[in-house]
Amino acid sequence: MNNLMIAPVVLPLFAGAIMLALGGEQRRNISAALNIITSFALVAISIILLRAADVAPTGVAGVYRLGDWPAPFAIVLVVDRLATLMLLLTSLLAAAAAVFSLARWHRAGVLFHPLFQFMLMGINGAFLTGDLFNLFVFIEVLLAASYGLALHGSGSARVKAGLHYIAVNLVASLLFLIGVSLIYGVTGTLNMADLATRIPAIGAQDRALLEAGAGILGIAFLVKAGMWPLCFWLPGTYAAAPPPVAAIFAVLTKVGAYIIIRLSLLLFGDGTGASAQFGDQLLLMGGMATVAFGAIGSLASQDMARLASFSVLVSSGTILATIGLGQVGVTGAALFYLISSTLGLGAFFLLIELVERDREPGADVLAVTRELYGDEDDSENSQETGIAIPATIGILGVAFISCALVISGMPPLSGFVAKFAILTTALGSPANELPLAIWIFLFLLIVSGLAALIAMTRAGIRSFWASPDRTIPRVRLIEMAPVAVLLLLCAIQTVEAGPIMRFMQATAQSLHAPHHYVRGVLDSPAKPSDSRGPT
Amino acid sequence: MEIVLAIGIGVLAGSGVWLLLRPRTFQVIIGLSLLSYAINLFIVAMGRLKIDAAPILGSHAAADITGLPDPLPQALVLTAIVISFATTALFLVVLIASRGLTGTDHVDGREP
Repeated sequence: MNNLMIAPVVLPLFAGAIMLALGGEQRRNISAALNIITSFALVAISIILLRAADVAPTGVAGVYRLGDWPAPFAIVLVVDRLATLMLLLTSLLAAAAAVFSLARWHRAGVLFHPLFQFMLMGINGAFLTGDLFNLFVFIEVLLAASYGLALHGSGSARVKAGLHYIAVNLVASLLFLIGVSLIYGVTGTLNMADLATRIPAIGAQDRALLEAGAGILGIAFLVKAGMWPLCFWLPGTYAAAPPPVAAIFAVLTKVGAYIIIRLSLLLFGDGTGASAQFGDQLLLMGGMATVAFGAIGSLASQDMARLASFSVLVSSGTILATIGLGQVGVTGAALFYLISSTLGLGAFFLLIELVERDREPGADVLAVTRELYGDEDDSENSQETGIAIPATIGILGVAFISCALVISGMPPLSGFVAKFAILTTALGSPANELPLAIWIFLFLLIVSGLAALIAMTRAGIRSFWASPDRTIPRVRLIEMAPVAVLLLLCAIQTVEAGPIMRFMQATAQSLHAPHHYVRGVLDSPAKPSDSRGPT
Repeated sequence: MEIVLAIGIGVLAGSGVWLLLRPRTFQVIIGLSLLSYAINLFIVAMGRLKIDAAPILGSHAAADITGLPDPLPQALVLTAIVISFATTALFLVVLIASRGLTGTDHVDGREP
């Protein structure tokens, strides 16, 4: 159990290193097998850790001290409910994307599998780490791998989008460093739990500096989470990235959201003195602006990949705004929404490629033009290539409708439960100081669902009710199965909404009362026999 | 000493931001480099400046922990240098690829 806590970081690292050592095109099958095995092992490990964190009375399953140094002085990994939840989400999406890539995408360029594993290592490390220094290192690891993956398959559209993506993220990393060093200069520590104990005691003369540091740090993560107006890099990059990569990128914005949740509640939650609720207003307003921007963008987008990218913005905007509300129940509902929307978007990114396969490039743009100016070119005679499987369109259509239901938040799938939970908890809360902002947020939440539904319906009509002479896409089982599994997980989330929501609310409560986390990290007993023993 | 360091950081950061906002890829990458130098200096400054002190350990200061400089900003700077070096190298590769694919060094891949 004890050494299992570091496995989500070490396992992908070793797997990636072995794949690099194998190298070469001719050993790609071994790399692929290793990638699949590691991804599924990560799913199993995250489930074990999640159960351990859930049964632990404090919500902290354990604190892994590297080198066995006591907490404020060295590296700690903290396994609590939120971290294991995010680990499970990442590993599920990663397993689906890895299986999907086997059909053909991993052959589109070199080193797909090692980069994939290194990115998983970075994501898992960012979720588990207990101090800002290692957070920086893990974020850079995941970004460096994601640069490579965003460019996987090459082509001028990808290189152009990747150029912007890299430039924006390099600047965000520099902001991260400024924020971290300002916070260190004021408090003298970078351990998150230690920071939480020191921030209430900061003097008034240093508080402005601390808040400036936290603000700059927050900007760095808001760039990654895609908050308006820091999100203009996102739609282009996600739309240009190869589909399995875009599916796992759906988690990358959630890494930013996760760190915002973690740090804002740990460092600036209730009872942290003068800085309590620092930045909540900005998160609420920014989140609402992001939802509005994403909804408008998804209505305006002419191809499905961009539509999905704008849906990513809606999803992360909703999460940021709900964190800004700063209420325990709403945070729990937001976590439920986070899981549901990420799974739905991951499935959607994978599905887009299947639906759009074998269509001529620019078909969607032409379709929009035809909607406007009428159909004039009915004389084209394309012949059927491809083996027409009659059921394919049907299966794809059902999957597409399911994605639309999850993303727009219609019953019966988990998107509805998530949005309903956010609405009821936000309305049911006792009187609070910004009723107008809450009403605007609820309005935006419902309207963004409507916008998603309209946009998805339009896209669906264009691709599924298209002219009968279009070629039927040839879809393999290993491409369809990951999409089906991700949507099945959304269905399970609906059926098991009770227990899952209980877990989310327990997570939110431990986030809003972080003393268990702080005590768990700082008081973790030195037990060399435990931490060095076999699992 | 403080004013010299502050001016140095300010000039580097200002030039870096200016170059970063230029439309040519070469200017962008030089801007990023200047900005990262400024930030490395800034991190060191956040660990407090000390004049006429030994870099790590003085001969007399072995037992006196107050005589030692703070190692954490130095570790952070070292990490930041290594990481920004690697990511800048990667960015350079993408710049060259973009130049090769589009035939222009404008960041949008086409001349305005």
